Amino acid sequence: MTAPLLIFFVLATLAVLGAVSLILQRHPIHSALSLIVVMVALAGLYLLMGAEFVAAVQIIVYGGAIMVLFVFVIMLLNAEEEERTNFSKLATYAGIPLAVAMTGLIAAAIARSSGALPAPAPSGALTSTKTLSMLLFSEFVYPFELTSFLILVAILGAIVLAQRES
Amino acid sequence: MPILEYLWIIPLLPLLGSAINGLLGAKWPNKIVSAVALGSTGLSFACALEAVREFVVGGQHPFHKEFFNWIVAGNFRAGFDLQFDQLSVVMVLVVTGVGFLIHIYSTGYMAHEGGYYRFFSFLNLFMFFMLILVLAANFALLFVGWEGVGLCSYLLIGFYFLRQSASDAGKKAFIVNRIGDFGFMLGMFLVFQTFHSLDFRTVFDAVAQGNTAVEPIGTFGIMTVICLLLFMGATGKSAQIPLYVWLPDAMEGPTPVSALIHAATMVTAGVYVVARTNLLFTHSQTAMYVVAIIGCATAFFAATIGLVQSDIKRVLAYSTVSQLGYMFLACGVGAFGAGIFHLMTHAFFKALLFLSAGSVIHAMGGEQDMWGMGGLASKIKVTFWCMLAGTIAIAGFVPFAGFFSKDAILFATFNYEFNGKVLYAVGLLAAIFTSFYMFRLIWLTFFTQPRYDEHHVHVHDSPKNMTVPLIILALLSLVGGWFAAPALWGGPNHFAEFLAPVFGGEKAEGVEAHSLELILSGVAVGAALAGLIVAWRMYTKGAKRGAMTGAYKVLYKKYYVDELYQAVVIGPLMWLSRNVFWKVVDVGIIDGTVNGIAGGTTAVGDTVRHTQSGNTRSYAVWVLVGAIVVFAIIFWPILHPVLVGGVRQ
Amino acid sequence: MVPTSHYLLLSAILFGLGIVGFVFKRNIITLFMSIELMLNAVNLAFVAFSQSLGKPYGEVFVLFVIVVAAAEAAVGLGIIILTARNRRSLNVERVDLLKL
Repeated sequence: MTAPLLIFFVLATLAVLGAVSLILQRHPIHSALSLIVVMVALAGLYLLMGAEFVAAVQIIVYGGAIMVLFVFVIMLLNAEEEERTNFSKLATYAGIPLAVAMTGLIAAAIARSSGALPAPAPSGALTSTKTLSMLLFSEFVYPFELTSFLILVAILGAIVLAQRES
Repeated sequence: MPILEYLWIIPLLPLLGSAINGLLGAKWPNKIVSAVALGSTGLSFACALEAVREFVVGGQHPFHKEFFNWIVAGNFRAGFDLQFDQLSVVMVLVVTGVGFLIHIYSTGYMAHEGGYYRFFSFLNLFMFFMLILVLAANFALLFVGWEGVGLCSYLLIGFYFLRQSASDAGKKAFIVNRIGDFGFMLGMFLVFQTFHSLDFRTVFDAVAQGNTAVEPIGTFGIMTVICLLLFMGATGKSAQIPLYVWLPDAMEGPTPVSALIHAATMVTAGVYVVARTNLLFTHSQTAMYVVAIIGCATAFFAATIGLVQSDIKRVLAYSTVSQLGYMFLACGVGAFGAGIFHLMTHAFFKALLFLSAGSVIHAMGGEQDMWGMGGLASKIKVTFWCMLAGTIAIAGFVPFAGFFSKDAILFATFNYEFNGKVLYAVGLLAAIFTSFYMFRLIWLTFFTQPRYDEHHVHVHDSPKNMTVPLIILALLSLVGGWFAAPALWGGPNHFAEFLAPVFGGEKAEGVEAHSLELILSGVAVGAALAGLIVAWRMYTKGAKRGAMTGAYKVLYKKYYVDELYQAVVIGPLMWLSRNVFWKVVDVGIIDGTVNGIAGGTTAVGDTVRHTQSGNTRSYAVWVLVGAIVVFAIIFWPILHPVLVGGVRQ
Repeated sequence: MVPTSHYLLLSAILFGLGIVGFVFKRNIITLFMSIELMLNAVNLAFVAFSQSLGKPYGEVFVLFVIVVAAAEAAVGLGIIILTARNRRSLNVERVDLLKL
């Protein structure tokens, strides 16, 4: 059991536990906090894989912005514990089997084809911030600019939606 | 004007009259309608006379002209072709001449009826189709006329369509005719298949020049089958066994209709067809034998029914069926000329008898039952004398027309090679019956004590426009036979000679044939006398109806043939139609399929509806299902060993 | 080194858990968070492939995914706020105007 593998298992367990907690918690704020745990664990995993910039972005944007937004909304709406309604029989009975099926399919696909994957390269070599930014501003400049436009649209949308009816 | 070049004008004139009266005549007074109808028919008769004159003067060459193409399909051509030969002369003159007289009569008879314009429109339409039938030069055009006269018969029988019995009778006539037409069509198809043409000239030339062998009796070669099928059509149209049942019911129509269509012209169409195709028939002994037997049997059968009927028109109807039987008997034994001769004389005296009966009914204010008449001789003199003339003619007394024609037929039958003597005996018996029931009619109607209330019924003779045609027809019944009297009587044998080009010459007879003919003629007259005397004895003094039992009842009820047909044919067919074709096929299968598809669609919709439940979570599940399906499809190459094998590797 | 298949399997598990949450949770916001969880699982897979194949394109794509997730979260939460105000409830099963 090498160090990376050990770290991987720890972080993986953390992520899975966070996800399970997300599902099982009744109060949405607890679910939000669980999600933050998952995201931090994932950031750790990104670091383990040598994607430092992505890890940093994950923490700052996902954890620091998006999840904060979620928490704000939960507090704004005064969310309470979940109501125990159950109007959809289909979801009740078919939910778990279907989810298992989906996961199983994906896992099977992964398992069958993992032999074709080459061994991972040593971390840090190819994916430095410098490389990423070079790519973003040369090959991917067009999608990059589009995303800024997308963010502008999202801002406008959020403003319109949040307006009080006058 | 060379009428023959414009031969189409003879049928066209009545068609124009029919169209004008039919489309415009509803608001016109009777006078104008009559003028149009009589004008068109009269002009047609005049043109027919002119055509005959041209034909005779021009050397009696058969005339044939193609006017326009009707059906052209590959090698097959059926055109609007008309022909004119000796047989056409007889038929056209009979149709237009007797038709014209009956039109005149109808102006008087129908004067007080509603639908006057409709009557004449239909009557003219009938003339058009009948003329097409007799002038046609190919089977297809003849069939047009054939069907057309059937249609007009339906329209005219059901003229008083508000009466249930009349409309039923019209339907019966048309449907029974249709059964015969089925045979006729099959015959036509076989003709086409054998000779590759429906043209008369082509077909007959092929038979004559092809040295086709005569198919001996008992065999069923192609000629026999064709002739039997064509004859099946003739039994329908000319009311022979087994398809005669419509003719007595057809008496529901107005009397002029009975006179024209069901005595003089339409019912003779079958005889005309057999005579026209005599070249085909003479090549099949079996077919001729069948025709002779059926003709003879019908003559006898119908005569027996006529013995006891009480409705004056019914007696005449069965008499018509019987006389048609004689015509077919003549054709069957090979004496086509005699058959056509009898057709002509029958047209005269049967039309006369029907019109006179109409006159009697008109005088009696609508009464048709002979047991409600009596003692009319002194009251309606003209009608009486005319009817007597017709009766004497039909019974076959010298020197009236009926004698010569019937005598010719019976003589030819006697000499027929297959059981001719038996057929002769039956025919003779039928002749005795004919005389009997006709004189029975005379005694019951015109003599004996009046059996009606003289205060309620004002008996008056008919107006001139009804009596003049009667007189003309009576004269024709008298003299019509003279120009055709066989050489035996010293008379000019014009008729047979005239028709020789169409039928083949008569065989020359030896001296002993002469004396045989004389003997047989004497027997025929004797038969007529016998019938008269028996009728006189039974009906003049103390005439009363027979008890409705036993043989009398069977005859009165027409041997229960209609009931038999109802039970054996119509009943099962209706049952089949109702229970199988309607309930099972139409409602069950066809409607069921359509409704089933609709129901299936509804059911599918009902089921699929549940995916749109309005519940977000179930939507989520459906999205998931879709995602799984898409994923499986995309990764199928990798996945299927796992999924099929079921083992995680 | 950690084999790539481990990362991918973890991604699959997280994705499955996201699906379970997506189907079973009744609070709209929690539903939304499950979707974010699924997005994260996919991000993990991308980075794993990027590391395995030695090309940076996976990570570039992850950046774009994060941006889009951010925009989507902003607008989505705005909608959730409005819906919650209208229906006076955060239960997704109460948003059933399409029900007959």
